[in-house]
Amino acid sequence: MKRLKNFLFLLAAAPVVAFAAGPSVPLDKAPVNLTDKESLQRGARVFVNYCLNCHSASVMRYSRLEDLGLTEEQITGNLMFAADKPGETMTIGMTKADGKAWFGATPPDLSVIARSRGADWLYTYLRTFYRDDSTVTGWNNTVFDKVGMPHAMWDLQGEMAPVYKTQDGHDVIERLELVKPGSVTLAQYDAMVGDLVNYLVWMGEPAQVQRKQLGVIVLLFLAVFFVVAYYLKKEFWKDIH
Amino acid sequence: MSALQKMMGWVDDRFPLTSTYKAHLSEYYAPKNFNFWYFFGSLALLLLVLQIVTGIFLTMNYKPDAELAFASVEYIMRDVEWGWLIRYMHSTGASMFFVVVYLHMFRGLMYGSYRKPRELIWIFGVLIYLVLMAEAFAGYLLPWGQMSYWGAQVIVNLFAAVPFIGEDLSIWIRGDYVISDATLNRFFAFHVIALPLVLLALVVAHLVALHEVGSNNPDGIEIKKHKDPVTHIPLDGIPFHPYYTVKDIVGVIVFLMVFSAILFFAPEMGGYFLEAANFVPADSLKTPEHIAPLWYFTPFYAILRAVPPLFGSQFPGVVAMGMSIVLMFFLPWLDRSKVKSIRYRGPIYKTMLALFIVSFIGLGYLGLLPATPVATIFAQIFSVIYFLFFLLMPWYTSIDKTKPEPERVTG
Repeated sequence: MKRLKNFLFLLAAAPVVAFAAGPSVPLDKAPVNLTDKESLQRGARVFVNYCLNCHSASVMRYSRLEDLGLTEEQITGNLMFAADKPGETMTIGMTKADGKAWFGATPPDLSVIARSRGADWLYTYLRTFYRDDSTVTGWNNTVFDKVGMPHAMWDLQGEMAPVYKTQDGHDVIERLELVKPGSVTLAQYDAMVGDLVNYLVWMGEPAQVQRKQLGVIVLLFLAVFFVVAYYLKKEFWKDIH
Repeated sequence: MSALQKMMGWVDDRFPLTSTYKAHLSEYYAPKNFNFWYFFGSLALLLLVLQIVTGIFLTMNYKPDAELAFASVEYIMRDVEWGWLIRYMHSTGASMFFVVVYLHMFRGLMYGSYRKPRELIWIFGVLIYLVLMAEAFAGYLLPWGQMSYWGAQVIVNLFAAVPFIGEDLSIWIRGDYVISDATLNRFFAFHVIALPLVLLALVVAHLVALHEVGSNNPDGIEIKKHKDPVTHIPLDGIPFHPYYTVKDIVGVIVFLMVFSAILFFAPEMGGYFLEAANFVPADSLKTPEHIAPLWYFTPFYAILRAVPPLFGSQFPGVVAMGMSIVLMFFLPWLDRSKVKSIRYRGPIYKTMLALFIVSFIGLGYLGLLPATPVATIFAQIFSVIYFLFFLLMPWYTSIDKTKPEPERVTG
């Protein structure tokens, strides 16, 4: 019995031991709300202004932005800088080879980035760039060490510097501190990044809002169908004993 | 005679329509005591049809080309009318197919459905399971994401562990030195034509064999032993249609509710049905941090990793993994018990089956995790139990104290 207890304990402890080597930087919760169309529109604006120069979204069509409540005129007039027709996808002029030469790695396509990285990772990553003179770009990031991407929105957020603490004899980053203010406050910047991540989540699967709405209808239909089928079965089976 | 009857007569003179309908539906007598576990056979058939139909629509827009595959899946998700629904039906269907098949196999283990005279049904079933795994494996390469690519790389490399011919064998399978466009094309061919054809043929064989000997039931006794002296219909049998068709419809609806809940609200199923890393296009130069096969392969993957390499070769692990499935074929002859159903088995078999299930699920869980020393020890313990369940079966089933079977089926 004691053996069994030990065994069960070990069994329960197994995942803890196995996961102990996972990433250590805690992620902040991204304020994702796909029903907030204004937030998604603001996010789209940040995206085309700040991201869509080095990053593409090669399977995302500009015209799909109409799902966010924008008109074709608004899209072509305010959000489309690198394409002629709203039916085109969000490609960029920079080639993959150029990207690799300039940043050390080709900037990834962002069409489904929220599905591979997750919203919380993106939300944290975009807010944790800090000055680091030891890197090529002069920027580093707490969730993506030695990332090839410079801080694209530094003029907004300003410059952050790390505050270290000593842990087990090593210097680790405790938090980031604003050393040179940007054009907006940190709270405004966080809200902007929140909108951007909200947009990235939406762009990862533009059909997801419709998917959930349809799901409710399908489940309701099945619930009704279940009642009918259940009584049909009962009726047929009443003479089987 | 009505026009319809005339027409049926005309057809029946030329094709066994009415007799086939009677033999397999309206006059196929199934035991009246089927329980919850007997839904999964018809559900597996439903999923087979669903996968084929959604698969046909997916091939209309999918491009089996290393340059275009990833984007074509996203094209389906965004620009094809209802493409997202078809794709999610297919991806959810793949995982749910395995859920259903595993439960169906567990039913067989519990009630001894593999025992004489149903050995061939079981063997066809294990073959279906094998082909289904090949089908799922080939299909998982097609989205051409990082996990598609590296998962295939790891599995195909297993063949390279075969002594002497391994290296050539793996190149022959890939059609290249690494997973490439050539591999994608041939996996596409296997996934959409070759394997589905084999699968359909095996399913027909599985059902023909089943209808030849008749269905087992939770009591594990033969209903054909007690027939009506006049009609020769088994006393405990009821026509499949309408009784089990109306009952299965209820099962189908409940299943579809679970299926829809996943499809519409959690199609990634927390990364188990669609892995996050597979939303990154395949990159032959960048190995992902952690490569895990899809959940339905992980028990066997864990067995593979549990076996230590011999002379620097992974071959023993590959053999163990192969044996873990090959042993299933011998189940009908390994079991020496006087009774079939768990209801009348003794405590030893019940304990062994419980340990086997815990080990199988445990292995499945460990196969998802990176191999750490502790995880490996657990995988080794579970693997040993897995094999002992089969290898010791002739011994423990013959000494186990069984209860007498009833003459007629119970509730």
